[in-house]
Amino acid sequence: MEALSTQHITKSFSGRVIIEDISIRLMENELVSLLGVSGSGKTTLFNVISGILQPDSGQVLLRGEDVTGHPGKISYMLQKDLLLEHMKVIDNVSLPLRLNGISKKEARMRTGPLFEEFGLKGTQELYPAAMSGGMRQRAALLRTYLGSQGGVALLDEPFSALDTITKGQIHTWYLDIMEKIDLSTIFITHDIDEAILLSNRIYIMTGAPGQIKDEIVIDRPRNDRKEFNLTEEFLSCKRKVLKTLEGK
Amino acid sequence: MKERSENITSKVPAVIALALILLLWWGLCASGMIPSYMLPSPADVVRAFIGDFPNLMYHAKTSLQEAAYGLVIGIGLAFVIATVMDRFRWLDQALSPILVITQTIPTIAIAPLLVLWMGFGMAPKITLVVITTFFPIAVGLLEGYRSVDPDEISLMRAMGADRYQIFRFVKFPSALPHFFSGLKISASYAVVGAVISEWLGGFEGLGVYMTRVKKAYAFDRMFAVIILIVIISLLLMALVDLIRTVSMPWTEVKAEHRNERT
Ligand SMILES: Nc1ncnc2c1ncn2[C@@H]1O[C@H](COP(=O)(O)OP(=O)(O)OP(=O)(O)O)[C@@H](O)[C@H]1O
Ligand SMILES: [Mg+2]
Repeated sequence: MEALSTQHITKSFSGRVIIEDISIRLMENELVSLLGVSGSGKTTLFNVISGILQPDSGQVLLRGEDVTGHPGKISYMLQKDLLLEHMKVIDNVSLPLRLNGISKKEARMRTGPLFEEFGLKGTQELYPAAMSGGMRQRAALLRTYLGSQGGVALLDEPFSALDTITKGQIHTWYLDIMEKIDLSTIFITHDIDEAILLSNRIYIMTGAPGQIKDEIVIDRPRNDRKEFNLTEEFLSCKRKVLKTLEGK
Repeated sequence: MKERSENITSKVPAVIALALILLLWWGLCASGMIPSYMLPSPADVVRAFIGDFPNLMYHAKTSLQEAAYGLVIGIGLAFVIATVMDRFRWLDQALSPILVITQTIPTIAIAPLLVLWMGFGMAPKITLVVITTFFPIAVGLLEGYRSVDPDEISLMRAMGADRYQIFRFVKFPSALPHFFSGLKISASYAVVGAVISEWLGGFEGLGVYMTRVKKAYAFDRMFAVIILIVIISLLLMALVDLIRTVSMPWTEVKAEHRNERT
């Protein structure tokens, strides 16, 4: 089943075409990554898909329903963590629930139990200013998850604030979580290894104007990727990606 | 603990400067260079302050009431106008110049008019306080609303927030620091505004009392009133700081965090 698709999306800013004729799709429970150099228009595409930016032309379909320019249906973790400094972490994270009319107390009660699973145990009553970059990103991720009643999430460089060691742990953890929560996800990354390690498919985007250059399928099941990055299969994927990025 | 002792050391220069000024004042009086009926010595002023205390308190109560009513109305008005101006761009363009113009009208010039229009009661005093305190708060709020990180608004929109929710969760909280900066200035204007309008007529209040002791050439008591006004204004400003800290607990965390890092 197709969870989400975009149909021929084009968007320009003051006459300059930023993304052109972008058609991608996301199946249920799939994890797809969007890989491309800086400035190729990845964030712009996400802004359009999430509905906060109206495209010049093209459509966004959520399970067949046209949601172009209608924010609030697709969960979106922006490139910055954007935790609101004036609210405690638990209130930040449960904000999507409150925006849907759930009381503060009820929202806190539903959110609290998830803290441990997201590696945020004991941070409920902290203000974001007291958290490290990695913790903040996890909090933003939890908030995105809580806002994902539509079943689709967009993550813009969700792991960029993490060092390589933490990243490795987070990837394993993330794959576990994804398995549990049945969320179909597109995520943006600059990190080729990360893309290959986590996704079912990779869209490669090249810039000026941003277009989808290629689509690479990773065959190995997502729950069978321990030490995947040490295999020949992984390397051949990586070679393919690099070739496309270099424009050959 | 460390922070507290730092706070105290940072205040030492100010205390020394203040002490030097007092010493100079006392020296000038003691040397006899300035006759004591023109400039009473610090000791005279303290004596007048103590001797006059019940009187001072009686009049201070009236001035404080006027200042408080004026300030509360000023805050309310500033909030409504700034919020509406932020919401509707055309209103902002229409009202901005008028707001600035109202600030160039000298307080002392409209005070008598207000008395003529509204009589000798509290109304003209409160009105004057509203006029003087409204502006810094409104400007603070407007600036605050505009200081919002546009990405935070994008986030809220992506989560399906409506206009009111964006205001409540993002815009208003980001405007709070600016609001309090404005409020602090306004609090210091409020008492002075009340006193000035009392000069021009009325039955009680520190301004009225001031004109009375001036007519009696009681300069020591005059100075006592001035010092009381200074003390009240400082207390009001301190109160604003206190409310600010209590209502924005997250800024505390930020400051602590910064200290830890450095
Ligand atoms: N609101 C805007 N107005 C004008 N130009 C914009 C706007 N938003 C993005 N752009 C331009 O669009 C281009 C693509 O930006 P975008 O943020 O989508 O890139 P990106 O692929 O996400 O880059 P990065 O990997 O660095 O995050 C950039 O050249 C940027 O300057
Ligand atoms: Mg980007």
